[in-house]
Amino acid sequence: MQKVFGRPEALADVPTHYCPGCTHGIIHRLIAEVIDELGVRERTVGISPVGCAVLAYDYFNCDFVEASHGRAPAVATGIKRASPGSVVFTYQGDGDLASIGAGEIVHAASRGEKITVIFVNNAIYGMTGGQMAPTSLPGQKTTTSPRGRDPETAGHPVRVCELLSSLSGVGYIARVSVTSPANVAKARRALKKAFEVQLEGKGFSLVEFLSTCPTNWGMTPIEALKWVDDKMAVYYPLGDYTRVPEVG
Amino acid sequence: MAEKVLMKGNEAVAEAAIMAGCRCFFGYPITPQNEIPEYMSRRMPEVGGVFLQAESEVAGSNMVYGAACAGARVMTTSSSPGISLMQEAISYMAGAELPCVVVNIVRGGPGLGGIQGAQSDYFQATKGGGHGDYRLLVLGPSTVQELVDLTMEGFDLADLYRNPVMVLGDAILGQMMEPVEMRERPKRDLPPKTWATMGAAGRQKNIITSLYLDPAKLEKHNLHLAEKYGRMAAEQVRYSAYMTEDADVVLVAYGTTARIARAALDRARERELKVGLFRPISLWPFPYDALAAATTGAAHVLVVEMSLGQMVEDVRLSLGETKPVHFYGRTGGMTPSPREILDEIVKIVERGA
Repeated sequence: MQKVFGRPEALADVPTHYCPGCTHGIIHRLIAEVIDELGVRERTVGISPVGCAVLAYDYFNCDFVEASHGRAPAVATGIKRASPGSVVFTYQGDGDLASIGAGEIVHAASRGEKITVIFVNNAIYGMTGGQMAPTSLPGQKTTTSPRGRDPETAGHPVRVCELLSSLSGVGYIARVSVTSPANVAKARRALKKAFEVQLEGKGFSLVEFLSTCPTNWGMTPIEALKWVDDKMAVYYPLGDYTRVPEVG
Repeated sequence: MAEKVLMKGNEAVAEAAIMAGCRCFFGYPITPQNEIPEYMSRRMPEVGGVFLQAESEVAGSNMVYGAACAGARVMTTSSSPGISLMQEAISYMAGAELPCVVVNIVRGGPGLGGIQGAQSDYFQATKGGGHGDYRLLVLGPSTVQELVDLTMEGFDLADLYRNPVMVLGDAILGQMMEPVEMRERPKRDLPPKTWATMGAAGRQKNIITSLYLDPAKLEKHNLHLAEKYGRMAAEQVRYSAYMTEDADVVLVAYGTTARIARAALDRARERELKVGLFRPISLWPFPYDALAAATTGAAHVLVVEMSLGQMVEDVRLSLGETKPVHFYGRTGGMTPSPREILDEIVKIVERGA
């Protein structure tokens, strides 16, 4: 009998701690599939963030480093510069990347570091219990915005792809979601492209995933997927944000 | 013997690192250590190494963390306010047992402080600095030659113990020019970096982390670190004692201040005052036992620092109530003069008589 579906080699055979309905699991699997497809597992070094994915190093079957909060792009820079033959990716949440690590991500992108950033945006601080994130939507209720996020006092959500797309060091940047089989297929293509850009030495690459947090959003997994489509994807439109380089 | 060349302290540190095999440098501009990144930006490409000017000390020190993960010999340098920003990465590197060399060309503080030489970062360097139970090896050179030798030695020690090493200089040492011999060092037998993360080709994956969510595992990890710090403390005590055998008053000073103290000692000896000098070279581990032994016959100890009194606490820990421990310090970038130190010696001797 022909085997048509199995665990990617780059994914460790262990249970994860993620909540039911969270899409970290799908995203992990897609990354592992792409690493396998490109045949780079034995050259790959991942960097896990501080946040829900802090234990990602247990879930992938490749070398892994744990970074301090927000600094994954700086750690990735150090690894890639010291070991240019390695394939280096960071896996970061919205608090990690767009708040405390805003400086590191902007400068890694602007330098055109040959790394791939997986940015998982679920509009909330999951691990610490549902506080407001830099990407929480206007009106979104969190434990630190109990009346809903008021942009007047709490500021506006950060659109990371739009922000970084103006930087010349960016080789590829796209926003995807995994709310349907079609979206999962598109996300996989974007991930593969991002790693290919790194392998070809064409600069910095980033894929932003709109992700769910049923636990802290107070929704069922199905409601959460619908909220991504109906609310998040409106504020954060899906698509390829890579800017065509200017000539001259 | 290699010929002597006249070099500025900061440039000598940079060349010493290259000679020690350092091939990755990450830094951020801050006075009074800018000659180091400037030198590295010219020199690293010549030896096939990496120079990168980071967007901040926070990022630069985390790049050091990354390069250390990849098994590189890596260094960063800064001065006091910048070193404060690096404490996060230093704590993580101590926790994850990553080797690197950090050079602090100390300036006056607190806050933005000033840009003249000071020794007011002693507590930060030797007592923690960042969060958690950890220790750095801290080396306090007093000449440009020693700055070179200890920087080179620092890379070996970092690899030997898998621990960050700090070289604690100051603005005077960084900016002064002295003749130095750039000696090639004998190659030390060091453990292979089988733990490094560059891709798991042909082996199980490596994980580098300082996270232990189970408190029993974190305690075990801390006890493992403590065992290592114990070995470092037993094996890496360094100091120099000068004319302490017959001394009634022993001066205790490190780094630049030890040179000034030495000048004061010479003047005191001309007046037939029996003065000695004890100079800690390893600031952590502090030479507690050696200091106690070197001051057995002395009636008084005078600690001199370019601070309001930081190392003096270790001297008191070493000597307890066995004899009076006096302190003289200048702060904020001011340096004590030999005359001032001599006056303190005379006061102590007259009071004691």
